[in-house]
Amino acid sequence: MTSQVPDLWPPSGQEVVFLLLGVVALGSALLVVTTRQIVHAALWLVVCFGALAGGYLVLTAEFVAWVQVLIYVGAIVVLLLFGIMLTRAPIGRSADLDSGNRVAAATVAVATAAVLVTVVVQGFAAAYTPLEPGGGAAATLGASIFRSWVLPFEALSVLLLAALIGAIVLSRTDIRPASPATDASGAPSRAVGPANPGPSSRAAGSADPGAPSDAAGSGAGGPAAPKTPPHPPDPDPSSADGSGATSGETGSGRVSQDGG
Amino acid sequence: MSEVLDVAVRLVVIVVVFLALPLVVGQMEHKAMAHMQSRLGPMYAGRFHGWAQLIADGVKFVQKEDVIPAAADRRVFALAPAVALVPYLIVLVVIPVGPGLFGVDLDAGLFFVLAVMGVGVLGAIMAGWASANKYSALGGMRAAAQLVSYELPLVLAASSVAMAAGTLSLHGIVEQWRWWWLPWQAIGGVVFFVAGLAELRRPPFDMPIAESEIIMGPMTEYTGLRFALFMLAEYAGIVVLSALTTVLFLGGWHGPLLPGPVWTLLKVLALAFVVIWVRVSYPRLREDQLQKLAWVGLVPLALLQLALTGVVKLTL
Repeated sequence: MTSQVPDLWPPSGQEVVFLLLGVVALGSALLVVTTRQIVHAALWLVVCFGALAGGYLVLTAEFVAWVQVLIYVGAIVVLLLFGIMLTRAPIGRSADLDSGNRVAAATVAVATAAVLVTVVVQGFAAAYTPLEPGGGAAATLGASIFRSWVLPFEALSVLLLAALIGAIVLSRTDIRPASPATDASGAPSRAVGPANPGPSSRAAGSADPGAPSDAAGSGAGGPAAPKTPPHPPDPDPSSADGSGATSGETGSGRVSQDGG
Repeated sequence: MSEVLDVAVRLVVIVVVFLALPLVVGQMEHKAMAHMQSRLGPMYAGRFHGWAQLIADGVKFVQKEDVIPAAADRRVFALAPAVALVPYLIVLVVIPVGPGLFGVDLDAGLFFVLAVMGVGVLGAIMAGWASANKYSALGGMRAAAQLVSYELPLVLAASSVAMAAGTLSLHGIVEQWRWWWLPWQAIGGVVFFVAGLAELRRPPFDMPIAESEIIMGPMTEYTGLRFALFMLAEYAGIVVLSALTTVLFLGGWHGPLLPGPVWTLLKVLALAFVVIWVRVSYPRLREDQLQKLAWVGLVPLALLQLALTGVVKLTL
């Protein structure tokens, strides 16, 4: 880091590309929260993450850029899309996507952005660092993580381990504390437990034989797929259905919305 | 000027390879599968053993009407084939075929390849959702579930090689390769190849497109050129997976007598043959068997390979 002010005008090609990527990231991020189509929001998130990765690339952080694409585009958005499609993903606009506390959310978002921008500008306004190719290469990054930053790295791994164990505890139904609901009846719809009451078990029971329940069991199963696949929490399938009354009549949930 | 020419020549060669090799693999699939099933396969197009069958198919696809279902999400529907195909073209840029013969040598090439290949699956998910067809939606969801489970063993097995070579550059990995890596990285190689097959949604991992129950899944509503693009993506995926396995686990251009690039091509084609062979030999895995194989089989094996690599690397 130096405090020597470099020439900012005329902007170099890198700076122009960086600015354009920033515009793309910001624009697609706005579209994520303003679009009326829930799957489009997830797809705009892909564009946003991609532009962010491009930004890392321009800043010579190669490794971080590819990890960004691998984890966020390749895994997190796919998981998001899977979750959306498992619950409800109507084609076309949904009327009920607007939250009632839009104003509060926008205020919080703008305030957070203002705080972050102020902090960065105040703290680093006079700090410049030369961009050298290879500065963010895997070897340099690995050396600095495992030499200078070992302790934060280890602390973060403990955090991830805690999240992992939490996920296992949540998804396994056979290590819950004994409650009357789990061993009271032999009916398979009850055996899922108290976290999964009426609506979703009804939807699974009346769905088309074979395919839908098959697909529902696939992703939710995970590493320790239990005998009774835990259904994902279904956000009120009967009333939150924006695309009309078809799913209420047939009772087969998400699948019938896509056909309509 | 010569630098620009150099880059241009490399890119042209890569595009030509990208267009030609999938057709070769496709024709090989037609013929090999036919002979394994006591058939002849295509025999008429182009006179000699039906060599021009795929070209004829391509001409037919171009002439077909491009139908988009009325209820479909038109933009996403139209974009999906490109999202499925382009990542494989981009991946080919970094795969080395001989010493010094590559499009670009990236420092984090291995991560680049894995990241970009993961994006390809988004195409199947987008197609599945945008078709407004319940079979397609099921296929898209299955593709998503499959990607999430098989990405982990894929990355773990690949990182074992990176640990052994001490670099993430694909060119560097092949340069470091020695013959005794074959037994040393064998488990990782098998895990990588199987997980890669699953990520391509090839049989026996073709639950997402299972034609006998969900009628090609995400591709049900596609016709004409867009469908052809999906098929091209599938065969390009086979080429990319075979090339990656060759580069990471089979030593790329290393081999006696023949020149390097020939060895790379031979290994790639041999692996592509294995992909076809597996398709003919094994029945489709059920969805729960598929998930179980990833989490109970491949992930522990990949972790074992990582431990083995670490121990051997430390003792050397």
